[in-house]
Amino acid sequence: MTATANDASTFEAPGLDWRRQIRFSAIGALSCAFIALAGMPVGLDRRSIVYPVLSLGYLSLFWVPFVLASLAGSQVVLEGMGERERDTRDLAAGALVGLGSALGLVGLMILVKNFNLRDPLVNWSPQLLELLSFNRSTTLGMLLWVVLGTTLGLLGGAMHVVPAMVRAKILTVVLSVLIVSVLQTFLTDLLEGFRLEVFTDFIYYKRGGLEILGALLVAVLAIAIPLLVAGRIKGLRARVQKMPPDERSRVNLVLLGVGAALLLVLPFFLGKIANELLANVGLFVLLALGLNIVVGLAGILDLGYVAFFAVGGYTTAVLTSPNSPGFSPELPWPVALIVVVVLTGLVGLFIGAPVIRMRGDYLAIVTLGFGEIIRLLFLSDWLSGWFGGAQGITNIPGVDVGIGTVKGTDPRSVFLLVLVFCGIAIYVSWRLEHSRLGRAWMAIREDEDVAEAMGVNTTSTKLMAFVVGAVLASFSGAIFSAKVGSIFPTSFIMLVSIIILVVVIVGGMGNIAGVIVGAVVLIGVLGGPKQPGLLQELGQFKLLIYGALLVWMMLKRPEGLVPNVRRSRELHQEEFLQDAWLKGEIDEEDPS
Amino acid sequence: MPLLELRGINTHYGAVHILKDVDLAIFPGELVCLLGGNASGKSTTLKTLLGMVTPTTGDVVLDGEIVTHHSTSYRVERGVTMVPENRRLFKRLSVKENLELGAYLRTDRDGIANDLERVFEMFPRVKERLNQKSGTLSGGEQQMVAVGRALMSDPRVLLMDEPSMGLAPALVQTNFELIQQIHEEGVAIFIVEQNANMALSIADRGWVLQTGKVVLDDSAEALLANPELRASYLGESGSV
Repeated sequence: MTATANDASTFEAPGLDWRRQIRFSAIGALSCAFIALAGMPVGLDRRSIVYPVLSLGYLSLFWVPFVLASLAGSQVVLEGMGERERDTRDLAAGALVGLGSALGLVGLMILVKNFNLRDPLVNWSPQLLELLSFNRSTTLGMLLWVVLGTTLGLLGGAMHVVPAMVRAKILTVVLSVLIVSVLQTFLTDLLEGFRLEVFTDFIYYKRGGLEILGALLVAVLAIAIPLLVAGRIKGLRARVQKMPPDERSRVNLVLLGVGAALLLVLPFFLGKIANELLANVGLFVLLALGLNIVVGLAGILDLGYVAFFAVGGYTTAVLTSPNSPGFSPELPWPVALIVVVVLTGLVGLFIGAPVIRMRGDYLAIVTLGFGEIIRLLFLSDWLSGWFGGAQGITNIPGVDVGIGTVKGTDPRSVFLLVLVFCGIAIYVSWRLEHSRLGRAWMAIREDEDVAEAMGVNTTSTKLMAFVVGAVLASFSGAIFSAKVGSIFPTSFIMLVSIIILVVVIVGGMGNIAGVIVGAVVLIGVLGGPKQPGLLQELGQFKLLIYGALLVWMMLKRPEGLVPNVRRSRELHQEEFLQDAWLKGEIDEEDPS
Repeated sequence: MPLLELRGINTHYGAVHILKDVDLAIFPGELVCLLGGNASGKSTTLKTLLGMVTPTTGDVVLDGEIVTHHSTSYRVERGVTMVPENRRLFKRLSVKENLELGAYLRTDRDGIANDLERVFEMFPRVKERLNQKSGTLSGGEQQMVAVGRALMSDPRVLLMDEPSMGLAPALVQTNFELIQQIHEEGVAIFIVEQNANMALSIADRGWVLQTGKVVLDDSAEALLANPELRASYLGESGSV
């Protein structure tokens, strides 16, 4: 094997795999038909991405031929073989995949026109047909789809033909336009804070989406800015890399400080909507960080995590609200928080104690049950004298912090409060991960019996994970309670647990930065179980997208969006080693 | 005085009687082995010594103290450590983290650093692989890490569960040499093995366990010479 590494041209790389292209065409056709029947094109048509040429509805179909064609064309460079020369055949392959995807839609259009299956399939509607025909005749629509699909597929295939530099530029432009368009609410809000509405007024269409000129401007900026700044950033980075370790960590510390300061100042430049959005994201960051300790570090698959969020929320409500039906001490929030933390910790122990002896699937199912039990207890008539049953508890006061009150009507203050608690949670997670306890958690995650044989007290260590996770969730619950001002059992359905878990998995299990990114992307853009995200129109498809994302992540990127160094070492060790070996790095360390 | 001792141990899993009146004693600095076929109760004996299984009757005595109802961590702290069957490293953690977990209960930083050096001296390859994920090591290297991990707890007695299982034949020999090397440093070693020939060739004494009962208890030479053992037991699985 070693001998062939250097003369890469010994073997000819395998040619284009046409079977793969055909398989992807079929996948494309099915995906397009599925998306159309799921109602995404019609449901999302209201929201423009670039007004008036591209709506989110059409985008939900357009990406399919492009992405699938480029995926179908990607090919792993085999060890000891050169990369295959890319040529027009790749373009043809891309076009084929695109055409296949389009034919899926064409087929669907024929069926929709001639049969009525509206009874089982609610989206089998004239509106769908109209939209798919681009408001013209069906035949013209089909023709257009064939052309469009083939073109998009061709472009997707072309991604492998053009030089890497061009490909990167194209992707930057496309992504920038999309991101800027998606961030409309947020950016408008932010720029208003800086009194720069002129800019957003220029690029955005009032009812959502970029104007064409705006999109062009964004595209130009997306190309120009990296050209102007990239060199300098690279230089700076190289300089920091060359510094001695202690100086480098000092630079990192300063950067961290600047970042934190910026975050603390940010809310003051944001309007209500953006602050509200970020406050929601923050609440989920708190929850996800807590669950990350339980699932990511200790490997305990807790599917009823929402229970602790609920206990935190309800305890705060009972302790602070004058309307609390049973016991109403009307404590100030900070005092209540202490009780909340203690109580939730105890609930963590209480739920954890019986659960902790179980493993794997059984544990997951039992925690799922406990999550529901807690919600049903709050809903029950039996305890409605304490928790108000379905009526919940209302009139929960805000948080009095001396200089002002944090309450839901002032999202800025909520966001600031959430930020502070996120800071605490991040610090705690980070310290724990690198502590003796953190190592014990990871040992249990890897092999519980052996961890015990090494002297780890598995019972108390696992309970600790439960308790720490519970306390972090209770922070979130306490803030949630004060923010919303009222609390009902419906806020704590099982779906919340699942969504937090998805955030953790998508972000990257066992990885603090990943979990934060996961929360920002998923909750910020798609929205939480009840909270709308940036793309409110996606609301009804949220779960579909969550599910699809989860499946894709588990298959293709199990380490999450932001891979933890350790986790990706775990999952891609072989590839890393191979890369390093090909580059000749291994030989330096390892004489064998 | 024995370092670690089982006195009249009876163990049940549910209603099933697994260990029947088992007596055995490990003296400081000794190399002893427990032989037995499948389902003879070898692993249970080992788990009983370490406290992962509590016997129905009988006592586990560590250094003169009855520890039958003390936790595993209590015993690990007092110098009992196990190298588990099939090595069972924390596969997704690095070699370094595995070694650190071996010293989980220790607080003497200097001592830990010393023992780490000792492990590196014994296994230079482990030092080379320090930051590698332990699951990607070869079988032989994994065995080194597993032994190193156990040594990190600064044991007085090392319990080894089937150390030659799953190793390439060539490595089995190296492995037993390694065990002897650790033994020479004064650590008592208790080997649980199916590979009787190899184990008896390095051990001082041995026991043979059959369906939960100690049927033979003798010196290694005597056991090797025992015609009954040779016929029934070494004949099949001792021929590796």
